[in-house]
Amino acid sequence: MASKKKVGGAAEPTPKELIRYYREMLLIRRFEEKAGQLYGMGLINGFCHLYIGQEAVVVGMQAVAGPADSCITSYRDHGHMLVCGMDPKGVMAELTGRAGGYSRGKGGSMHMFSKEKRFYGGHGIVGAQVPLGAGLGFAHKYTKDGGVAHVYCGDGAVNQGQVYESFNMASLWKLPVVFVIENNKYAMGTSSARHAAGQELYKRGDAYGIPGEPVNGMSIIAVREAAARALEHARSGQGPYILEMNTYRYRGHSMSDPAKYRSKEEVTRMREQHDPIDQMKEKLLADGLITEDGLKEIDRDVKAVVTEAAEFSQTSPEPDVSELWTDILIEA
Amino acid sequence: MPIQVLMPALSPTMTEGKLANWLKAEGDSVKAGEVLAEIETDKATMEFEAAEDGVLGKILVAAGTEGVAVNTPIALILADGEDASALSSAPAPAAAAPTAAAPVAAAAPAAVPMAPAAPDEKVYTSFKRQTVREALRDAMAEEMRTDPKVFLLGEEVAQYQGAYKVSQGLLEEFGAERVIDTPITEMGFAGLACGAGYAGLKPIVEFMTMNFSMQAIDHVINSAAKTLYMSGGQLECSIVFRGPNGAASRVGAQHSQDYASWYAHCPGLKVLAPWSAADAKGLLKAAIRDPNPVVFLENELLYGQSFDVPDDPDFVLPIGRAKIERAGTHVTITAYSRMVQVALDAAELLKAEGIEAEVINLRSIRPLDIATIVASVKKTNRIVSLEEGWPVAGIGSEIAAVMMEHAFDWLDAPVVRVAGADVPMPYAANLEKLALPQPNQVADAARAVCYRR
Repeated sequence: MASKKKVGGAAEPTPKELIRYYREMLLIRRFEEKAGQLYGMGLINGFCHLYIGQEAVVVGMQAVAGPADSCITSYRDHGHMLVCGMDPKGVMAELTGRAGGYSRGKGGSMHMFSKEKRFYGGHGIVGAQVPLGAGLGFAHKYTKDGGVAHVYCGDGAVNQGQVYESFNMASLWKLPVVFVIENNKYAMGTSSARHAAGQELYKRGDAYGIPGEPVNGMSIIAVREAAARALEHARSGQGPYILEMNTYRYRGHSMSDPAKYRSKEEVTRMREQHDPIDQMKEKLLADGLITEDGLKEIDRDVKAVVTEAAEFSQTSPEPDVSELWTDILIEA
Repeated sequence: MPIQVLMPALSPTMTEGKLANWLKAEGDSVKAGEVLAEIETDKATMEFEAAEDGVLGKILVAAGTEGVAVNTPIALILADGEDASALSSAPAPAAAAPTAAAPVAAAAPAAVPMAPAAPDEKVYTSFKRQTVREALRDAMAEEMRTDPKVFLLGEEVAQYQGAYKVSQGLLEEFGAERVIDTPITEMGFAGLACGAGYAGLKPIVEFMTMNFSMQAIDHVINSAAKTLYMSGGQLECSIVFRGPNGAASRVGAQHSQDYASWYAHCPGLKVLAPWSAADAKGLLKAAIRDPNPVVFLENELLYGQSFDVPDDPDFVLPIGRAKIERAGTHVTITAYSRMVQVALDAAELLKAEGIEAEVINLRSIRPLDIATIVASVKKTNRIVSLEEGWPVAGIGSEIAAVMMEHAFDWLDAPVVRVAGADVPMPYAANLEKLALPQPNQVADAARAVCYRR
């Protein structure tokens, strides 16, 4: 497979766009830090998987998304929702299980949706979102709405059989789908060296004739470029495309994971040398696109949004007890 | 004012923990994200990070302290520009997170409440003779003609015209965009169909047999049935999963299972099991129109059987309504799918002995038409449940429980279950016959509840 062939491409991002990407990444980072704090205070319970470190992936993909595109991912989903335009208040209130949450408190961290923003979850079964996402692509093709499905999964999910069932159908039927493998190097606590035969996950579509490429997932610029290429390929009727985003999560798999399977040095090195937000900040300053004061203003701004979301998530009431019995079936 | 650092909850079940070790000393400056302390939870030793920049002003809980409750203040952090004198003005401990108060239970007296009766079936006067196979095909074709969002996918449904010829002629009429041959990839195409359902299409998924739906059951339940609830009512999935269910003839254990009780267990699904061609057509049309996921259990042995079907373009049956196939006064027999015929045959045996059995064709397994069954039992005071599936946690178990909840005072005899033998289906002809309920067994059960044996 000509896995590294580059076709299409994105126009150079404008200064305004670059600043927007910075802000979006920062919003995810601060939102997730706050979620971690609320978890620590016992306000968020159960499973909670933070996206800290991986921000450039979804921001870069969404930067070049088309107006009809849809998005689906696994349970590490807070960042995807924020960048798809969902209200941080509604997302945080779902994390605290309140009536003001996107699922009115009935879904939780892993199960949120917004039909309006074409965000289709939020799925808790590793790999299950991949055929579901192929189905979103099928619907784009069936309705000819010009959209592409952005289907995210982790490096752990690519060992699930249904991922290959989806690759096969998506390629066979030339479905407009971009499969985004967010390779954060660990399937929960098992490193990719220990779980994947062959470390080049972007080649996992070779047998199905799906082009793939590895991408520096810590660089928003690299992600954006590759995303534009992949989306153009899928949108033009040539079928699916695989992007392997090499990224890193700084936190454990979920809140109760002490992450003893990797060294402190490894985490520190990624944080200090490859952080997507720090890199972007340096670029903005070096290119003279923003001043220190401008950055501080964004900081304040983002902090205010997150604070407001956190406050809403604590003042919004728990769902009414009658909600236990609603939304099971639609009355025909 | 100094910032209070509270003992964090670091696992879903943690209520207290041990403050194992401080990694910062009083007077050290800390940055957000830096590790302050190590805390032993009920699961592991976790690093605890600072949330704010500042200086660690005072440690309130010493290293090595066990049993520190979540949300206890453990340290004070001085913000930029604050000095140690600020420590005396530390605020009182913040209110802890609300512990889940015992909620006032929403009323749900019986485990399975009696649903309001579904609307009555319309009365039809003109009929045509059709096989179940043709009725199913017509149901799909009619719905596909009226709703462009409806499409059919599955193994061999298009060019081969259906492994059991149920989709005969559909490819020709609707084309390859709407009648889609899939690879043999049940989990994949069931998941794909659910995703298309999320996006607003109305897929009909044909499993070559429901036995293969076990490969895809995660999507039927986790992706289709639960999503409306998990999304707070936002995301619907209108989809039909259909195919032959239960035993055919001499196909062995892996191809001879009844899934009625498996799927009926799950909230968020509707489960239908037609017997006649009229059932098949009217219920499949209703299933396709329904905005919810529907599991539609057909039977291979019925495909070639002919019945009268209402000859009316608007013919459709209500979901959740059973049909009394034979009226009687002495004993009620409930059955679904092919077992309805077995129950009718048993009723003929009983008639010769002066026992008039009332045979109820359940049609809908979930929701179950409890009202019709209860009304019948109030008349007969006796009930036998018949199914092809295994007895343990089967549909008969459900009916027995429902009778205890809703008709206990009307029963003159204990409920009796007749079910398939509690064994994997054998291949040998004589053993297979023994594994499936026969009319004489049903008649025996009816005699027993009538104390006529």
